[in-house]
Amino acid sequence: MAERQKKLLQGNDACVEGALYAGCRFYAGYPITPSTEIAEGMSVRLPKIGGKFIQMEDEIASIAAAIGASLAGLKSLTATSGPGLSLKQECIGYACLTEVPLVIINVMRGGPSTGYPTGPSQSDLMAAKWGAHGDHPAISLVPQSVQEILTETVRAFNLAERFRTPVMVLYDEIVGHMREPIMLPLPGELEVIDRAKVTCKPEEYFPYDDRYEIAPLAPFGAGYRFHVTGLNHKQDGFPTNDSNIIRANNERIMNKIENHKDEIWLNEATDLDDAEIAVVAIGSTARSARYAVREARAAGIKAGLLRPLTMWPFPDKAVKELANRVKAIIVPELNLGQMVHEVDRCSKKALVTGIHRVDGEPITPAQILEAIKKHK
Amino acid sequence: MSGTAVVEKKEKVSVPFDYNKYLRPNKLPHIWCPGCGHGIVLKAMLRAIDKTGLSKDDICMVSGIGCSSRTPGYVDFNTMHTLHGRALSFATGVKFANPRLKVIVVTGDGDALAIGGNHFIHTCRRNIDMTIVVMTNATYGMTGGQYSPTSPLETVATTSRYGNIEPPFDACEMAKASGASFVARGTAYHTLELEKTLYDAIMHKGTSVVDVIDACPTYFGRANKFKSTTHLMEVVEKDGTVNVRQADKLPPEKLQGKFLRGILHKVDRPEYCEQYENLVMEKAKAK
Repeated sequence: MAERQKKLLQGNDACVEGALYAGCRFYAGYPITPSTEIAEGMSVRLPKIGGKFIQMEDEIASIAAAIGASLAGLKSLTATSGPGLSLKQECIGYACLTEVPLVIINVMRGGPSTGYPTGPSQSDLMAAKWGAHGDHPAISLVPQSVQEILTETVRAFNLAERFRTPVMVLYDEIVGHMREPIMLPLPGELEVIDRAKVTCKPEEYFPYDDRYEIAPLAPFGAGYRFHVTGLNHKQDGFPTNDSNIIRANNERIMNKIENHKDEIWLNEATDLDDAEIAVVAIGSTARSARYAVREARAAGIKAGLLRPLTMWPFPDKAVKELANRVKAIIVPELNLGQMVHEVDRCSKKALVTGIHRVDGEPITPAQILEAIKKHK
Repeated sequence: MSGTAVVEKKEKVSVPFDYNKYLRPNKLPHIWCPGCGHGIVLKAMLRAIDKTGLSKDDICMVSGIGCSSRTPGYVDFNTMHTLHGRALSFATGVKFANPRLKVIVVTGDGDALAIGGNHFIHTCRRNIDMTIVVMTNATYGMTGGQYSPTSPLETVATTSRYGNIEPPFDACEMAKASGASFVARGTAYHTLELEKTLYDAIMHKGTSVVDVIDACPTYFGRANKFKSTTHLMEVVEKDGTVNVRQADKLPPEKLQGKFLRGILHKVDRPEYCEQYENLVMEKAKAK
């Protein structure tokens, strides 16, 4: 039997491993700190296996090319960081409305603007959901370790294909650049979802077929000649001025995610069963939080940690359930207050407070422990 | 769109061309104004495509945003109406992912040269195999007649009421300087010549750019005191251009202020997708 290979990898390298494992065969990107290693890795690996790598002239062109490649049938990836995310937003909205599967990696650095390129941050959480104009769905995953960057990148591709929508993987610079030993999964070990095959006759094919919640997407060039537009469209893909169809079009792209949140949510609970004080944290901050919770337990404080791996759709259910049985929730995050408002929205009883840091340094276990002790 | 055109000139017989073979008739009528040349360009393009013998399944037509960018909605290919300025980037992704597809980009001068200027120069530089048809009407028509990067000096538009002071781009010069291996110009007025030019462009391996002068009667024409569409076409497209083959025989003063038509630049240069396959993939696999 094949043995799993152990490797010492940087987070961004693990992202490359995850993308290739998931079947990604197209990468378009533009150099930007701290995500560039993903482009470098893909440029070496993709041509070896018949995949395509292209360095485009800017961030906008990169995501546009990835969308075009996805429509031509290849699982496609682009990666960026803060300023690049701002530039990609119009195309993210396009992929949402045209329902083109795509994975976007955003390695979060300090912002706004050029900000602090080499420092960690978690300040793009809201940009990941609300960055593109108009109402649109968002799926964002937030891994905390090198191993998890690999597995969550695979999950991102699966969700993109399953829901025909762009999926973002958000991780802070600490996780992106840290090196940890990881186990490379064997083929078949992790689930890989491929694009649903179109089986109908070309003349019966509609790219947004009303009979499906999510219609299968035919690749360009396979005999199914169809139209794609960023205008509101009918089931045949052509623009419309019919207000009923426009409403249905806008609602369906939201509902196809909203109705399946249970399939997308993933949370990790640590010491929550009898907890009185809970910490809700993601990414590298969750690692500090876990340490703090352990210290608090050692000091006799009933503390626990809820770590969402899915940031969007926000894990309302888990946070609401938690907020009904703990007296306080602490939300440490590397920004000036983003996830804390989401947690607060879900909390009727528990007191919600944030710990915020934007000096380019991580939130320490001591900071979180101090906050836990205040609620004792 | 069911008109006829003389296509088999050699045999000197008029064969009605069946445009419906390539159109999506239930998506018509089109949105273009009476007098607009975009329909003439589309018809020339369909006749040229017909001559290539390409299958409709193997053609992908991509556009950006604007009047001309509505073209893909009317034609029965794999079609994509994308974002303002970004058509070439989407098209690059399609072509590179599936080089078997013949990719044709239909764009306007604002789409290709202003908001999409960066993509235009880099697509030409890569020499990726695709045909870029720029319908140059010196106007942002969809938004009601603002001046564009090809508007001549002193053009009156809704955003240049006192006359345009920005010197215009020459799309062909820019394409050539950026590395496109086929650069040509046509007009809606010279429709049969345009058909030949488009055919040559589509058959060319590499990035081919065809700048089609196609004046806007609704905004550009009225704001700049042209009496009629035919007057506008005669001044801008007929008298404003000279075929490159005749240009040598004319004295410089006759060429003053005129655009050259026909194939202006054609070289053999390695094509991007082939380079990737032959050089990058081969080296990567050997390592």
